[in-house]
Amino acid sequence: MTTTLVRNDKETQFRVMKNENWQKPVYETNGLNLWYGTAHALKNIDLSINEKEVTAIIGPSGCGKSTYLKTLNRMVETVGGVTISGNVTFMGNNILGKSMPVELLRSKVGMVFQKPNPFPKSIYENVAFGPKIHGVRNKAILDIIVEDSLRKAALWDEVKDRLHKSAYGLSGGQQQRLCIARCLAVDPEVILMDEPTSALDPVSTHKVEELIRSIKNDVTIAIVTHNMQQASRISDRTAFFLNGEIVECDRTSTLFSTPTDERTDDYINGRFG
Amino acid sequence: MDHNLQAKISRRIAKDSAMKWLFGSAAAILVAVIAFLFYGIGADGVDRLNLSFFTNFGSRFPEKAGLKAALVGTLALMAVVIPVSMFIGLCSAIYLEEYAPKNKWTAFIEMNISNLAGVPSVVFGLLGLTVFVRAMSLGNSILAAGLTMSLLILPIIIVASQEAIRSVPDALREASYGMGATKWQTILHVILPSAIGSILTGSILSFSRAIGETAPLIVLGIPVIVQFLPTGPLSTFTALPMQIYDWAKRPQPAFADAASAGIIVLLIMLVTMNAFAIYFRNRSEKKLKN
Repeated sequence: MTTTLVRNDKETQFRVMKNENWQKPVYETNGLNLWYGTAHALKNIDLSINEKEVTAIIGPSGCGKSTYLKTLNRMVETVGGVTISGNVTFMGNNILGKSMPVELLRSKVGMVFQKPNPFPKSIYENVAFGPKIHGVRNKAILDIIVEDSLRKAALWDEVKDRLHKSAYGLSGGQQQRLCIARCLAVDPEVILMDEPTSALDPVSTHKVEELIRSIKNDVTIAIVTHNMQQASRISDRTAFFLNGEIVECDRTSTLFSTPTDERTDDYINGRFG
Repeated sequence: MDHNLQAKISRRIAKDSAMKWLFGSAAAILVAVIAFLFYGIGADGVDRLNLSFFTNFGSRFPEKAGLKAALVGTLALMAVVIPVSMFIGLCSAIYLEEYAPKNKWTAFIEMNISNLAGVPSVVFGLLGLTVFVRAMSLGNSILAAGLTMSLLILPIIIVASQEAIRSVPDALREASYGMGATKWQTILHVILPSAIGSILTGSILSFSRAIGETAPLIVLGIPVIVQFLPTGPLSTFTALPMQIYDWAKRPQPAFADAASAGIIVLLIMLVTMNAFAIYFRNRSEKKLKN
């Protein structure tokens, strides 16, 4: 039932987008505060993530950028003692309330982690995991989803002859692209990426960035990165976090060329962080 | 070259080889004991290992005595122990690792489970006698003995399964939850497939302990000379360790040979089970190695 509700919402939003010709935010965050126990990790965050854009979240270690990203699919709550206040809506639905089960939210919002984390299963089973847990049983349909997702992740040609071999036989970069393919297999609205290339070599990093560019027409991406060149290369908008607050959020080209806040200027020019 | 330094280094090298001999001889003692045991048992028992030894029931005459009833009894006992202890043990371990809140209560329960693993088996025998044999009126049946043995090995299975579940990297749980899987789907499709090898290893080792345990069976009043095969879970039975214990304490030397032959059968069962345990451990280690 709830799934259909969300799907309808999505269609409504497409119409709004076409009519008014502006980027409707997929995620809207208003006055978000988050505490780990008594530590105030996110302070009064207001941020929108627009449909079919790449939003980069940058900032020094411990600034709350990963915490914010994990709030968007509520993975942040898996560690105990987290208190959240404020509003986060995903396609118009409040995700912090009880009305939306996390399983539904996460079926629409994929996540790619810092270290590639494929399952100790075959490449095929990794990609088929999402569709299977959401109820797809038909082998023919699964085959199509797997091939399609691997093609979108630019991995099909590399793995098509060993689909049923363990994913652990792949290189780190291939594993990370497999994790992206695994997300794509459930046709998500958004993919959250938490420093997806920090464990990869430059060539693999380049391939993942190429992949992000090629899928951004189909899916909204929010990416946390330590690497400012990466943010400027791949993102449309950038938000700069510092000590749990948003210092500045703007078009990437604007933020990197003419930052309005002195601290942003200092950070992107490597004077701290 | 500094003469003093040279002397110091020679001393260190001498110490090094002395330590090597110390550790080597400690290991050699163990090997010698095992070799002596195998030789002694093998020399006495191997002649008795013929077909009639497996097809005869127990007897007053040592040359006619066989372990048919005991072998079938032990297998019947395992048919109760394995499903009961695996089911309760695995479910408890999953609860403690994946569902229970990490607080003082859980820690207290876990500490008690670990302590239970060290309780002498005769105590479990007394527990079984009170609860299963008398209170539940199961008598000295396969079911009563099987439930007692299950209690005895449950703590070992729970602790081994908990460790196996804990060793599944959190990154895999995150990946699964991140895809929108429920807790049960994550346990069924991600955690158990990764942990099952180590769980089986720990469980099989505890089953082999249950096969060899004698004290609880004595306390439960399991008979030694049984002239029939068990007919169901409430049937009276005897088991291999009881049979060996009975033969070993009889005065005729020919019964000692039968006991040795019984021990060979028991050891072969245990070694086979341990080989399976090692196989499962190696396979699961290989699988989780990224």
